[in-house]
Amino acid sequence: MYNAKFIIPGLIVFLLLVLFPFVKGFGTPEMKVELEKPKTAKQCVLKTEQMRDSHMVLLNEWRDMALREDKRVYTAPDGKKYDISLTNTCLQCHENKEKFCDKCHNEVGVDPYCFSCHNLAPVKKEGGK
Amino acid sequence: MHGSRRDFLKLAGVTAMGLSAATLGLLGDGAQAADALPQAADFANPLTAKRWAMVIDTAKLDEDTMEKCIHACHSFHNVPEIAGKQTIKWLWKDEFEATFPSERPDYLSEDVKKREFLLLCNHCTNPPCVRVCPTKATFQRPDGLVAMDYHRCIGCRYCMAACPFGARSFNFQDPAPFIKEVNPIYPHRTRGVVEKCTFCVEHLAQGQLPLCVQASEGAMVFGDLSDPDSVVRKVLKEKFAIRRKPELGTEPGVFYIL
Amino acid sequence: MLEKALKGSPRYFGMLLACLAIMGIGGGFYLYQLNHGLMITGMSRDVSWGFYIAQFTYMVGVAASAVMLVLPYYFHHYKAYAKMIIMGEFLAIAAVIMCLGFIIIDIGQPQRALNMVLHPTPNSILFWDMIVLNGYLVLNVVIGWTSLMSYWKRMTPPGWLKPLAYLSIIWAFSIHTVTAFLYAGLPSREYWLSAILAARFLSSAFCSGPAILLLLTLLIKKLTKFDPGKEAVKTLATTITYAMCVNVFFFLLEVFTSFYSNIPGHTDPLIFLFTGIEGHTYMTPFMWTATLLGLGSLFLLIPVKWRENREILVPALIMLVIGTWLDKGMGLIVAGFTPNPFEKVTEYLPTGSELMIALMIYATGGFVLTILWKVALEVRGEVEGKL
Repeated sequence: MYNAKFIIPGLIVFLLLVLFPFVKGFGTPEMKVELEKPKTAKQCVLKTEQMRDSHMVLLNEWRDMALREDKRVYTAPDGKKYDISLTNTCLQCHENKEKFCDKCHNEVGVDPYCFSCHNLAPVKKEGGK
Repeated sequence: MHGSRRDFLKLAGVTAMGLSAATLGLLGDGAQAADALPQAADFANPLTAKRWAMVIDTAKLDEDTMEKCIHACHSFHNVPEIAGKQTIKWLWKDEFEATFPSERPDYLSEDVKKREFLLLCNHCTNPPCVRVCPTKATFQRPDGLVAMDYHRCIGCRYCMAACPFGARSFNFQDPAPFIKEVNPIYPHRTRGVVEKCTFCVEHLAQGQLPLCVQASEGAMVFGDLSDPDSVVRKVLKEKFAIRRKPELGTEPGVFYIL
Repeated sequence: MLEKALKGSPRYFGMLLACLAIMGIGGGFYLYQLNHGLMITGMSRDVSWGFYIAQFTYMVGVAASAVMLVLPYYFHHYKAYAKMIIMGEFLAIAAVIMCLGFIIIDIGQPQRALNMVLHPTPNSILFWDMIVLNGYLVLNVVIGWTSLMSYWKRMTPPGWLKPLAYLSIIWAFSIHTVTAFLYAGLPSREYWLSAILAARFLSSAFCSGPAILLLLTLLIKKLTKFDPGKEAVKTLATTITYAMCVNVFFFLLEVFTSFYSNIPGHTDPLIFLFTGIEGHTYMTPFMWTATLLGLGSLFLLIPVKWRENREILVPALIMLVIGTWLDKGMGLIVAGFTPNPFEKVTEYLPTGSELMIALMIYATGGFVLTILWKVALEVRGEVEGKL
């Protein structure tokens, strides 16, 4: 081939760069994140595995249900009804964003902008601030 | 109904007192009747309508009441207090010439000249802002309300150009530092999106009237324009009311009794 | 063919570097705007569109003006434009890129711009503006590149080029009409609420765009050996003159309707622009300068002997460009928002940061144009043996 003395080393460098993360991580244990579980509730809106995989999908559905369709109550598969609200429902139990939400988000490098608007410290169920 | 004006005013007064009593709670600023967390059950009986409208009896509003209405709205909805020309306001007051510029007032009566009026989004039947929004971030609900979806807004401000009533505000910067006391029950907005009065959709969903109506001590009534028995229709039958810039054909939903 | 842009004189690379430098500086300001919001601009709750959108409006006109060359050349076989046509098409590409750039820097949440595609809203003119602007970009890239490539390979262009060129003629009119519809359909802004706004936009585009093209071409003639040809310059200058006459005429029509009907919604913005209202006179210097320059340019362009004299043509064109820019790029937007719906005046002038960010987009356009015109000139030099 033309310019073989540039192309072959170039290909090798490229492969090294692309495969580096896999080589580095080989043999290290699976990623584990320690989340602080809520103290009061045992049951989330959906099952834990479902939430872990698709809570962002659920939140998007909630957003459109509440804002655009004016449906403000969500009936979970187990029949329980929840007020559709990130702050008032989710954060009621998952009180500490840093010890819960950020743990996974920081680890996988996502930065959702939900909290640029939705408040972090909800009113407590007992009433009063 | 064949009730007299007197009966009607009695009914309005009692309703207003009942609502105000709940509103005058001891639960701090921006308190609504249920300042505790909304639960799923609270949404079981929403207020519904085919076309929401509001009638403001401007003679009954004095400076203090208007301030109460504005405060009730802005503090619950976390509207920031930004001074200057990049301010944000959902509900505000202004004089006759600014409220009804098409009247081109000359020789106004003394009391109307001194009077101030409450201005807000008119939730038009024919809203130009909805027509121009390129993402349907502002849209018209089946009950006639013009709603805002802050998640979808790209901040192009076309709706602000289209609104003939100057009802919309843009977040030129992050509003969070300017919110006096954050109400945790309701979110605030982020920079780069447009906001405006929402006729308190979250309150209507819980069976309550908008906060300004609750705070107005009977000067504002709110109801279904398409229902002949609603309180707004009754008031409109008895009193002559005008709307802002009617010649533009937007069919505003806010009526003013002078 | 693009590789022709990689070799050039120090002056050529100097120009590219200068553009990149301005883009970099403006980019820094833009990063600040992204992080802190549009508060760094002079816009307000009352004047919610400003310099960025005004520049967008002006550059849409420049983009559309390529049709003043495409129509005679492709449709009427006016061979005199043979050397200029590719320069016009490439200028249109740079102008549309600038338009899109001005929109992106203006919106409050640019990362959500694709919401316009994810949630198409045909009742919104902004949706159609996005469609026609991007379509026009694609059209001009395809037509310009294909015709230049065919010329370079000394082949006849493919059969589909002519129909596409005809499509681009109609499309050019549509991009500026749709942009005018952004303004002309709003019941809230009486200065804009006029059927003639679209016609005014087109007439102003068809004089200012070709004027910019002609000025830049004459500049290139000075810097390289490229000669567009005496007849091309003559015809283009005549087109510009007629378009400017129509432009001024249309403006006078607006003045008549406003002041003869004496309806305040119509007269107030004009009074504000030319004499100021309630002490706010900050726009009057701009508007009277625009008037003087515009009329002055016509005075110099109408007499044939003067129009054909390069010494007079060039200053006249510069006056025309500045005058039309002041009218569209400064006066149009502000007057739509002034007085506000409450009959008050909120002043608007772009801030320094705003100007720097706008300059970044202008420099981007300059960068693209330099590269494209370099390619065109190199190809011409190669094919003809001379420029």
